[in-house]
Amino acid sequence: MGIEKDTVEVAPGVRQIPDTPVFISPVDYLINWARTGSLWPITFGLACCAIEMMATGASHHDLDRFGIIFRASPRQADVLIVAGTVTKKMAPIVRRVYDQMPEPRYVIAMGSCACTGGVFRTYSVVQGCDEFLPVDIYIPGCPPRPEALMYGLRRLQEKIRREVGRWGSWR
Amino acid sequence: MAPKVEIVQRQFGHPEWEEPFVVNMGPQHPSTHGVLRLYLELDGESVVRCDPRIGYLHRGLEKLSENLTYTQAMVLTDRLDYISSAANNVGYCLAVEKLMGLEVPRRARLLRTIVCEMARISSHLLWLATHALDIGAMTVFLYCFRDREWLLDIYEKICGARLTVSYARVGGVRLDFTQEIVDELYRFTEEFPGRITDYETLIDINRIWLKRTKGIAVVPPEKALNMGLTGPSLRGSGIPYDVRKFKPYDAYDEVEFEVPVGKNGDTYDRYRVRMEELRQANRIIRQCLDKLPETEGEPVIAEGAPDLLMPEKKKVPEAAPHPKRGFLIKGAEVPVVPPGEVYVSIEAPKGELGYYIVSDGSGKPWRVRVRAPSFVHISAIPEMIKGHMVADIIAVIGTLDVVLGECDR
Amino acid sequence: MSEVVGKLKERFGGAVLAEEVSCGQQVVFIAREALPEVVHFLHEEMDFKHLADLCGVDYQGYKPKRPVSERFEVVYNLYSLSRRELLRLRVPVPEEDPWVPTVTPIFRVANWFERECYDLLGIRFEGHPDLRRLLMPEDWKGHPLRKDYPLEPEEEWPGYEKLREKARELSRFEWGGRRVRGGEHGA
Repeated sequence: MGIEKDTVEVAPGVRQIPDTPVFISPVDYLINWARTGSLWPITFGLACCAIEMMATGASHHDLDRFGIIFRASPRQADVLIVAGTVTKKMAPIVRRVYDQMPEPRYVIAMGSCACTGGVFRTYSVVQGCDEFLPVDIYIPGCPPRPEALMYGLRRLQEKIRREVGRWGSWR
Repeated sequence: MAPKVEIVQRQFGHPEWEEPFVVNMGPQHPSTHGVLRLYLELDGESVVRCDPRIGYLHRGLEKLSENLTYTQAMVLTDRLDYISSAANNVGYCLAVEKLMGLEVPRRARLLRTIVCEMARISSHLLWLATHALDIGAMTVFLYCFRDREWLLDIYEKICGARLTVSYARVGGVRLDFTQEIVDELYRFTEEFPGRITDYETLIDINRIWLKRTKGIAVVPPEKALNMGLTGPSLRGSGIPYDVRKFKPYDAYDEVEFEVPVGKNGDTYDRYRVRMEELRQANRIIRQCLDKLPETEGEPVIAEGAPDLLMPEKKKVPEAAPHPKRGFLIKGAEVPVVPPGEVYVSIEAPKGELGYYIVSDGSGKPWRVRVRAPSFVHISAIPEMIKGHMVADIIAVIGTLDVVLGECDR
Repeated sequence: MSEVVGKLKERFGGAVLAEEVSCGQQVVFIAREALPEVVHFLHEEMDFKHLADLCGVDYQGYKPKRPVSERFEVVYNLYSLSRRELLRLRVPVPEEDPWVPTVTPIFRVANWFERECYDLLGIRFEGHPDLRRLLMPEDWKGHPLRKDYPLEPEEEWPGYEKLREKARELSRFEWGGRRVRGGEHGA
């Protein structure tokens, strides 16, 4: 009898004894599994990409099936999707929204403008929001298709699943 | 605890208590349609003073266009009013064509009219979705996005992009419609009027909707014109100013349509006007589709339309003129766009969208000025909001249908 | 010469500096001192009720010939709904003392147009009720739409410099090696 043989892997690192409510897992993996299923991005649209973000959340593409629900308050959000051009006048406000979010928090730069400044290489546009935000996922495109945004969110979930050493007494 | 009399005195007479309560609404606010910031001074729940602060999406678009060629700068117009980018392209192309004196083929004009009206439908659908969502009707949001996706799929078949289409070119359009697109559009125009009726059954006589919109932000016609309102916001007040009728461009002089106007100039009337415009837009698309077979086989781009990389004014060596684009004359100096200035406006879904372009004869525009309807509409918010409650601000922002990308440029 | 221009010349004589037709659109050059009266006359008596656009243009280094040679121009596009007619007023503004009288009392829509013009081109509008910067931050240096203003200026806006410094400092506390980009601007 061994763990490998008698249990079923329901998520990376999380094993269940069949027909029982018993899971065997390091606490990291268990919590990560739970977190990936309920990513709450903040509704924070800046420009064109915000419309695609809305379209992704609305009826046709439906982000709710991944457990992703848009949350209007930064205090209860996990993910900041920087959707659109960040100007220098707007940058302090984006940063403040990020600062208001509780840990653990993630940033997705959606669209060319948020990644690198895009076509707008001018006096008032920030050349990539990673100049003042730690970005986890970059999604290129002008604007990215909803499928691209969904792919980006899936990649973020994969990233979260791989996190170790975050939960537990050694933290 | 202070005696009752004193509290009353403090509320009505003490200078400290007469100071207004200052609230910052935005730029991060779920229902301000982007990055609009309103600086509000409140007396209890009613608005004393409202000062919109914009510029949080100022991307230097006008300055950037001065450093690009005419065809390169067209890509930037997509990012102005990103909900109806096809209309922006057409406005810009019309202005450049007028400077160059180009004549657009009829088929291209019909195709442009179709994409413009598709842009109007998709813009009004998004407006209805967000306006209803802000006021509290979530269902409308989901239904509207269903139909909008259909339109975006058609856009994708036409030009490969969903939002930033860049379909129009200076002198025509990029590509002809295939039969598949025409069939799909026929199916859409068949089905869409029924969908509009669906939305109307959802909110038209909904009691909450009526209470939130009737009598809110009433604008008398004279005042609306003086404040610079255009588009459905002006027509809601009863002035039938529509650029499509007053200065017909593209194929609008060939098609029949009505310009709906409101009576009272309140939020509900503006809602009715936009719903009626959805029907008219559908009708225009249908008529243009019916006319398309007449022009079968015509070119969709004019002779002498500029190339993507516009050459500056220079002498051409012995090479013969380009077979299709005939502006390269042997041994002569020819400005691609002659010096001059032009103001061309179109009826974008939001209102009158104007382009004022100054050319100095080189390959790049000297000055591109965008007269954005949203910019003017936001400047009208303080007037419209006076004396209303905080909750009505959301209704006012929604009814004006502002897009900040176009406002800040 | 259209009817409106004739009436303007008859009424204001010397204030009408020049006139031309560009792409089929009537253009009139007006001296800035007479602008409020001219606009008031057009609004009240000639029924130009719709101020379609107001913007400034910087003509520094403009090669083709122009009727006037001042550096700036403020352009007013007026539209008459009853006669379906567009009239463009161009008001030359010298570089040394850039000011124009305001038309806000006549057209309320001009309020923000003028503020924007002041912000981006540095043309003052005398008598404007609330002339502040509109699009750029309050402490922004220079006027971006001027031709001598570079597309990407060397000097960074101090507000953004401060933000980047703070972000770099705070990135030590980020979890999992997430860092902000520390390179030079635009690199």
